[in-house]
Amino acid sequence: MCGIVGLYLKSPKYQEELGRLVAGMLHEMRERGPDSAGFAVYGEPEAAHKLVLLSVTGQTDWKPLITEMGRALNLDADATEISDHVVLRVDGDGQKARRWLIQNAPDINVLSEGHALEVFKGVGDPDRVAERFGLAGYAGTHAIAHTRMATESAVTTSGSHPFATGADTCLVHNGSLSNHNRLREKLRTKGEGFQTDNDSEVAAGFLSWRMREGDDLNTALEKALVELDGFYTFAIGTRDGFAVLRDPIACKPAIVAETDDWVAMSSEFRAIATLPDVVNAEIWEPAPAVVYSWSHAA
Amino acid sequence: MNDVMGRNSVLDMASLSLREVNHLLKAQNAGDFEILNSNGAHALACGLEKPVHVSIKGHVGYYCAGMNQAADIVVEGNAGTGVAENMMSGTVRVKGDASQSAGATAHGGLLVVEGDASARCGISLKGADIVVGGSVGHMSAFMAQAGRLVVVGDAGEALGDSIYEARLYVRGKVASLGADCIEKDMRDEHKEELAGLLECAGFDLQTDEFRRYGSARQLYNFKIDNIDAY
Repeated sequence: MCGIVGLYLKSPKYQEELGRLVAGMLHEMRERGPDSAGFAVYGEPEAAHKLVLLSVTGQTDWKPLITEMGRALNLDADATEISDHVVLRVDGDGQKARRWLIQNAPDINVLSEGHALEVFKGVGDPDRVAERFGLAGYAGTHAIAHTRMATESAVTTSGSHPFATGADTCLVHNGSLSNHNRLREKLRTKGEGFQTDNDSEVAAGFLSWRMREGDDLNTALEKALVELDGFYTFAIGTRDGFAVLRDPIACKPAIVAETDDWVAMSSEFRAIATLPDVVNAEIWEPAPAVVYSWSHAA
Repeated sequence: MNDVMGRNSVLDMASLSLREVNHLLKAQNAGDFEILNSNGAHALACGLEKPVHVSIKGHVGYYCAGMNQAADIVVEGNAGTGVAENMMSGTVRVKGDASQSAGATAHGGLLVVEGDASARCGISLKGADIVVGGSVGHMSAFMAQAGRLVVVGDAGEALGDSIYEARLYVRGKVASLGADCIEKDMRDEHKEELAGLLECAGFDLQTDEFRRYGSARQLYNFKIDNIDAY
């Protein structure tokens, strides 16, 4: 069991309150996943590439590592340390920086890369994780979050969701995939770099690969329905979009609600019950194997 | 706490815990009760054994009205997974939609879902009646042993898979029938039975718009040809 939530703001009305609203949703899902938690927030896109890094050992000496990366890639980097995470802003190619860090710094994970996205995660009570990284204070356009009850891999910060493998693209997963080992090997040959043995990271990697190949989010998700074997409810964020997908037998729960101002999804309604104007929301259970998506770009 | 309850009380979950509300309801022999601020709470109004009337003014989470016996429960909103699961008697009415496994394993009583019910509605039904005003999802009435399922809208894939002796009536399209489930003739006795169910549920519809489905009895019956397998 895990709990997932997503909130996509269609209008600017609640943008300043995004973090507070998502923290409230996450709080309701903590019984579904008391092991660990994480969240992804899409803020105002910045000119710099933002990378969020996790020290897996908790003992990373950040300064020499960042200096070495800057020298190797010939770019300037500005680092802000938050607990065992660092938010790194670089003035060069963010995906190149991501690849360099994965190859050269085995004691860290790159949690996200992009202009808008930041991912934070931690082990323990989801409310404490949200507090540690100040979720309630974040403004932005959309966010997804996860509370984890581990089944397929160990309870570690690295194994916590969300997983972000492509630029400004991330995913949270309730369920388990059965063909993730074979698919991970296939995606490695396509150039995807994986940082954990987690099945959900493979789903994120699959979407990143398809979107790098030119698929839009909906097309990539249609292909995921064919390629991914297992149980899943996914909430997916892109720079200006949001999507929900359930496996063809709808093994894991999901509920969606929509008003003029927001779209919310969660494993259970009680997370959505906390949102403003929910009494006027259209509420439905997403059908199996149907891609639901929203975008500011459309 | 029981002494604060009249026979017609409002229970507000903004101030009462789920456990307090369920204890208060279980302690009553009769009366009308309104529940406010349910906000998707799980296991609300479960295991009621007396003919109380409970009206829940909002959405509920999982297993609402589970194991119901004799109570009359109305959800004025949507219900999560397993509403009225293992109901023994009484009635449960969901004014909105119901999630998966509505009425699972229910032995008796009537469950009415005015909106849609999703996958596995009436799974392993053991004698209760379920009337759905909208559509049902895939694998509904899976291994249903006894009772009746009426679907005013459409049914999803594999309706009645491995069904025993439950009877299914569907007005709309059936995406596919499950193993050993077949369409059967609508005889007068079935029209009469269906009319009674529709009336109880409050739907004014013609019985000749429905088709009947049930077991082909090829899967669960003992066959003498298979004697060597035992």
